Amino acid sequence: MKALEFHRNIPRFAAARLAGNLSPGGGAGVGPLRLADVDQPAPPGSEWVRVRPRLAGICGSDLATVNGRSARYFEPLVSFPFTPGHEVVGDLDDDTRVVLEPVLGCVSRNIAPTCSPCADGQLGNCEHVTFGDLEPGIQTGSCHDTGGGWATAFWAHSSQLHTVPNDLSDEAAVIVEPAACGVHAAFMANVPDDGTVVVLGSGTLGLLTLAALRAHTNPRTILTTARYPEQRQMATALGADMVTAPDEVRRTVRRMTGSRAVSQAGIQARNRTQDGSVDRLSGGADVVIDCVGSSDSLTDAMAITRPRGRIVLVGMPATVTLELTPLWHRELELIGAYTYGTELLADGTSARTFDLAFDLVRRFDLGNLVSATYPLDRYQDAIQHASSAGSRGAVKIAFDLRDEKERYRP
Amino acid sequence: MSNGRHLAPRPGFVLDVDRNSPPIVFHHGEGFKLEKLPTGRSRVIYPAEPLEGLPDPDGAIRHALLNPIGDSDPLPALLRPDMKLTIAFDDVSLPLPPMRRPDIRQRVIEAVLDIAAEAGVDDVHLIAALALHRRMTEDELRHAVGDRVYDAFAPKGLLYNHDAEDPDGMVVLGETPHGEAVQFNKRAAESDLVIYVNINLVAMDGGHKSTATGLTGYTSLRHNHNVHTMLNSTSFMDRDNSALHASNWRMGKVLRDAGVKIFQIETTVNNDTFGREGPLSMLQKREWEWSGRERASFLAMQQGLKVMPTNLKRKAFSTWLAPYEMTSVQAGEVEAVHEVTTANVYRQHLVPVEGQTDILTMGLPYICPYNVNSIMNPILVMCLGLGYFFNLYRGRPLVREGGVVIISHPTPWEFNPVHHPSYIDFFEEVLADTTDPGKIEKKYEKRFAEDEWYIHLYRNSYAYHGVHPFYMWYWGAHALSHVGRVIIVGGDTRAVRRLGFQPASTLADALEMAGDVVGPQPTITHLKNPPLLMADVT
Repeated sequence: MKALEFHRNIPRFAAARLAGNLSPGGGAGVGPLRLADVDQPAPPGSEWVRVRPRLAGICGSDLATVNGRSARYFEPLVSFPFTPGHEVVGDLDDDTRVVLEPVLGCVSRNIAPTCSPCADGQLGNCEHVTFGDLEPGIQTGSCHDTGGGWATAFWAHSSQLHTVPNDLSDEAAVIVEPAACGVHAAFMANVPDDGTVVVLGSGTLGLLTLAALRAHTNPRTILTTARYPEQRQMATALGADMVTAPDEVRRTVRRMTGSRAVSQAGIQARNRTQDGSVDRLSGGADVVIDCVGSSDSLTDAMAITRPRGRIVLVGMPATVTLELTPLWHRELELIGAYTYGTELLADGTSARTFDLAFDLVRRFDLGNLVSATYPLDRYQDAIQHASSAGSRGAVKIAFDLRDEKERYRP
Repeated sequence: MSNGRHLAPRPGFVLDVDRNSPPIVFHHGEGFKLEKLPTGRSRVIYPAEPLEGLPDPDGAIRHALLNPIGDSDPLPALLRPDMKLTIAFDDVSLPLPPMRRPDIRQRVIEAVLDIAAEAGVDDVHLIAALALHRRMTEDELRHAVGDRVYDAFAPKGLLYNHDAEDPDGMVVLGETPHGEAVQFNKRAAESDLVIYVNINLVAMDGGHKSTATGLTGYTSLRHNHNVHTMLNSTSFMDRDNSALHASNWRMGKVLRDAGVKIFQIETTVNNDTFGREGPLSMLQKREWEWSGRERASFLAMQQGLKVMPTNLKRKAFSTWLAPYEMTSVQAGEVEAVHEVTTANVYRQHLVPVEGQTDILTMGLPYICPYNVNSIMNPILVMCLGLGYFFNLYRGRPLVREGGVVIISHPTPWEFNPVHHPSYIDFFEEVLADTTDPGKIEKKYEKRFAEDEWYIHLYRNSYAYHGVHPFYMWYWGAHALSHVGRVIIVGGDTRAVRRLGFQPASTLADALEMAGDVVGPQPTITHLKNPPLLMADVT
């Protein structure tokens, strides 16, 4: 089969980091990612089935890995070599079309009894991610044994699969997994009715979180940051009440919330609150959802969240430099939102995040977020495009494997 | 003309550009450009040379106070020991650039205080009538009223800035027949006499506008600082055709009917902006009359400014004090006084111009009324170009309807956060949404006007009121509705686009772009200002 494999190779990882800094997606050419013809390994167990991907998305965490920017935190949580790709719509051998829920919890690891989070349906919080019958890997796409979506075939546990309704396009189906992340983030945000929410970032995660907020919460105002005109338009179309440039977000939130502002320059001038610069707010938004995960975005988040407000970190942060004094002083909550599981709904019932994500994709016609697809052979172009998606007017870039010859080999 | 100075100042005139015409100096922010205009179809409007100042300004002031115009007693007859007297004066926006010491306000206020002291008046307050402008700093107040007056009054809290947002300091005195609420400074309203000390730099200033605008707040200003009024002020420099002034005059009547007694003192200055001698004197001379030395010093200055950091340039220009001289002073009843004042302003500024033009060019200088000791941000560029300069006409606009205005200015995306906090938000939020003055007024004005943080900064710091950038935008509404395109030469491209205008690298490019709107071989008129002039267009 044909697969993009990521090997453990420190010099190449360093080269990818350097190249990625020089040009977006530059790590694909020099890093540890290689296209190879390989034999598919044996299935990890009897409940595993072969999936032949149709579309496989390129996610921000994939890009961080390929461009050498992922955190060392993940080193013990993955097994090399692995094939990336966890946003997948594919076919089973009986031609059933499925979407993958890539988290590898206790069930897929053949661990019984399951850990408490898995028992509660919160697979993303599984406490056994490096144990059981599988090599380490928090998701399909980081585990050697399973393979991943950037290949013509991989293994999936039957519990990971969701059948795709016939009326849903492949493009819509490949968005279901990131949409589930957005849905989970919206629930983790615990947005008060009539509250104010800021979504930092209008990449795939930002836009999907925005749609999920619209679907599942009742805020008074949702403000989104967007760097590029196309992102602005999409954010508005998905229900943002206001859209602002990232470097204007502090002033915008001040206006939106009627806060006053504190200026660092004002302190130097012994003029504490009387400079019209806005370095941080006296009040702020009830909830800020950071879909960027950088030092700058987290610093912004702490500057614009009201005292005792909540910051939800959705974008994968890697290593950041952060002044935490406001977290302490303003008694902010900073929580992460990783993947998905089971959500508690307003009416007291619960639902699988993926089921909610299917509804969300259908309701907002989110298949439109797939902007371009590439064959595996053009993986370097695909990675470069995905790494500069915003500036090129794109959102989601995916590999299209529907015409790969190897896909049809028995 | 032995030393370049004429015995009698020459009036303004219109130069038809021909092959022998030298390049024309365009102001360009904190710099200058020499531009060649197309021959045979371009003209340049030059201001009149500075009128001679009054030989004895202090004597003229005292004479005016003792010999008022209109229905008014001489000042001494209006004063008595047990009275409340309020002296209000124009703020830092006048004159431009600030004038050399002694400022005319100092001369007038000292004369008034001498007479008040002779009459035994001891309840005197002095108020900078700044409406919704930023507060004046101590240095600026000292410069305006002089150290003697400042030291005698300010430490006792008797010399201060008007505060239009002081809930205990403002009062509504009535309403005009047009339904315009007339809000007024409470101290002034409760005074037995309000003496207003004015410096009339342009024809827009003075009259009832001094008090009805300078001592009021948003409650009143929203009735005449709005899009409708500005579209019906053609121009706001021509009181008889200005809805802005009509509203102020109506409000003046309400003040009078409410018992507010005003003794108006108005002064005019010549347009000796850059000095008859000195490092900038060539800027108010006609280019073909420059001496070799002036040409060399201009080129040296131009080159030096090109390499100088912007902050240093701003600092250097902000130290320039104009050697203005007082050309008239009149006191008494507001309207009678203002008629004489306006005639004196026109005597200096009016330049007869025959016919309109397809393209109006203008080089904007480093200063406008709202960036004294500050930054000329993009909104102020729009206001100075399309508000003030465009409206410096009587009769018809200089540029024909559907014509093009070309502005030369660096237009940096830069703001002074102390002076212009709401401008930043206006630029980032409002102009990103729309540049249509009507839509802006309807959708955004109220929120900015009532924003508590802006009000806090206006009252306690040195910030223009939250609503002020809206007024700046409305100031250009008449021009925006009249012209077909606005092009800015040499500006920050992003900032120019945010304003809704087109950027051009050079004047030649701009003229070519303008051709798309006005057709080939268009007529071009350059408004060579400052020194100030006003086109009398027939």
